[in-house]
Amino acid sequence: MVSADLAGAAGRWLASAPGSAVPTWNLVSDIRQMLMFPFMVHALRAGTIVAVTAGALGWFMVLRRQSFAGHTLAIVSFPGAAGAILLGVSVSIGYFAVTIAAALVIAAAPRSIGGRARSSESAIIGTVQAFALACGALFVSLFGGFLNGVTDLLFGSFLGISSGQVLVLLAAAVVTLALLALIARPLFFATVDPDVAAARGVPVRLLSAVFLVLLGCATAEVSQITGALLVFALLVMPAATAQRLTARPALSFTLTIAIALATAWLGLGVAFFSAYPVGFYITTFGFAGFVLASAWREGGRLVRRRARRRTPSAVVAAP
Amino acid sequence: MREPRHSDPDPPRPADAVRFEHAAVQVGGRTIWSDVNISVPSGEFCAVLGPNGVGKSTLVKAALGLVPLSAGSVTVLGQPAGQSGRRIGYLPQRRSFDPGLRVRGIDVVRLGSDGERWGVPLPFADRLLPSRRAARERVAEAIEVVGATAFAGRPIGQVSGGEQQRLLIAQALVRRPSLLVLDEPLDSLDLPSQTAVAALIARICREHGVTVMLVAHDVNPILPYLNRVAYLARGGAVCGTPAEVITSPTLTALYGTPVEVLRASDGRLVVVGEPEAPARHTDRHGDQARPW
Ligand SMILES: Nc1ncnc2c1ncn2[C@@H]1O[C@H](COP(=O)(O)OP(=O)(O)OP(=O)(O)O)[C@@H](O)[C@H]1O
Ligand SMILES: [Mg+2]
Repeated sequence: MVSADLAGAAGRWLASAPGSAVPTWNLVSDIRQMLMFPFMVHALRAGTIVAVTAGALGWFMVLRRQSFAGHTLAIVSFPGAAGAILLGVSVSIGYFAVTIAAALVIAAAPRSIGGRARSSESAIIGTVQAFALACGALFVSLFGGFLNGVTDLLFGSFLGISSGQVLVLLAAAVVTLALLALIARPLFFATVDPDVAAARGVPVRLLSAVFLVLLGCATAEVSQITGALLVFALLVMPAATAQRLTARPALSFTLTIAIALATAWLGLGVAFFSAYPVGFYITTFGFAGFVLASAWREGGRLVRRRARRRTPSAVVAAP
Repeated sequence: MREPRHSDPDPPRPADAVRFEHAAVQVGGRTIWSDVNISVPSGEFCAVLGPNGVGKSTLVKAALGLVPLSAGSVTVLGQPAGQSGRRIGYLPQRRSFDPGLRVRGIDVVRLGSDGERWGVPLPFADRLLPSRRAARERVAEAIEVVGATAFAGRPIGQVSGGEQQRLLIAQALVRRPSLLVLDEPLDSLDLPSQTAVAALIARICREHGVTVMLVAHDVNPILPYLNRVAYLARGGAVCGTPAEVITSPTLTALYGTPVEVLRASDGRLVVVGEPEAPARHTDRHGDQARPW
């Protein structure tokens, strides 16, 4: 967070040089050491909220193949936050206002039911993204010297999260997830089989727009922890990993949330004991999970293929 | 599908499941077809035929209420189009699933039974609540009827086109509809699969009393089972039994150019000289003479 009121424990911890917390490699005492700092408790709470939200929305985003739109919403959050600082309003407001506005623009892009208008949709999304980055660059140059904050906007920081901000995140997450739960099944229908869903009276376009707005909210929340550029780690990686592992919707959804939580907690925990940005760790763990899942699946397939190849020859050998 | 539709008390059955009267449709200001009169009696197997781009898919969409008529009327199961959605099973024209889509066939079939309901399916509810358990059994039953049990658990993007088609028919069947609307269900299937799927649809029609309206571009695989044929052209349509409709004089009168219907020695019909629709949006078939 750029508002970075590095007061209290965080300030004291920083003053004694970042990364100076030394792990004892005893899990229980390390965790206890972490939880002694209120800023760390706030960070873990915020991380938990954000992981659940990002996992849930990300699962649908990956299924809908809307990662490009999600990426753009994430990028947009950067000029949103920068603009909010410039105008002197709350950064949270900046994040939410701008991502929701961008979600509405993307939702207005023509997207035929059969997917024929995909290319014009991605052209519009690309334009939004480029415009957002340009605005971000403008705001940064208007800032003048305050470059430290810009790095936080892009790559995340978890030091300055106040309990008030945790409450804002929680409220936003509850609203986002409740709405998602309300539309979950028709949204799934419209994602998997839009033509039949439309014939059954599912409002396919409206659902798509609502989903993009919810995705915008989720992005706004996640950006506040991981920074605009690394939102993807929590939004895409857990869902992509889980969907590699299983094709059962309920199971892969649960798995997505679990992976997102594990990634966020691990990332925050390791970042506590090191001097580097939390976004780096979250991304690294997320990507590692994805690679492991891919290896697992490919390995399984290889073994099965080999077994299948061996069976007929065994039959021939034993007549 | 043993005892179809005993749960909901149907309104008294009209003689015709689908009836178009002097119907016309405009898409983007262009009249696709006009003065179409088609009637499909309840429980019959009816094929909708015509050249590419003539508006066959538009016709079934009009019956579903997805496309408004610009003139005339359409009545479906005794109600205006679009009002008996729950009692219609619909299979749109060729939709292929993304090979990377990680959703099982059985999930796609299940969406046919409760996909439009708001909210989230509660975990384990289908084991505990009787109504959910019944829905689950209907899904399994529909999958069994189409012979898809063996591959229903695999991701839908990874089963073959014919297997996908069977699963989609199961999806259309899962609510035990009174009317099945199938838009080119035999498209892109190989010959044995075409024969098998056609026989399957005919069996569902006969054994479960379901009215079937099926769009096809080759009449031969379904010819043995058809009760009725609707041949569509720009100016209108002819509707009747296959023997009445698929003849040289009828089609010549319909299209206004000489059309010849030849019968091959194995009983297959070949339509020669059928005109191309004025504006074609696909060029799947470049040949003039097609085996019909
Ligand atoms: N969304 C649309 N906008 C404009 N024109 C359309 C649209 N959909 C269909 N058409 C036009 O309406 C006409 C009928 O289309 P339709 O898909 O009903 O034909 P069809 O008989 O089903 O053809 P095919 O055998 O290729 O499936 C075509 O000329 C097509 O170009
Ligand atoms: Mg068509």
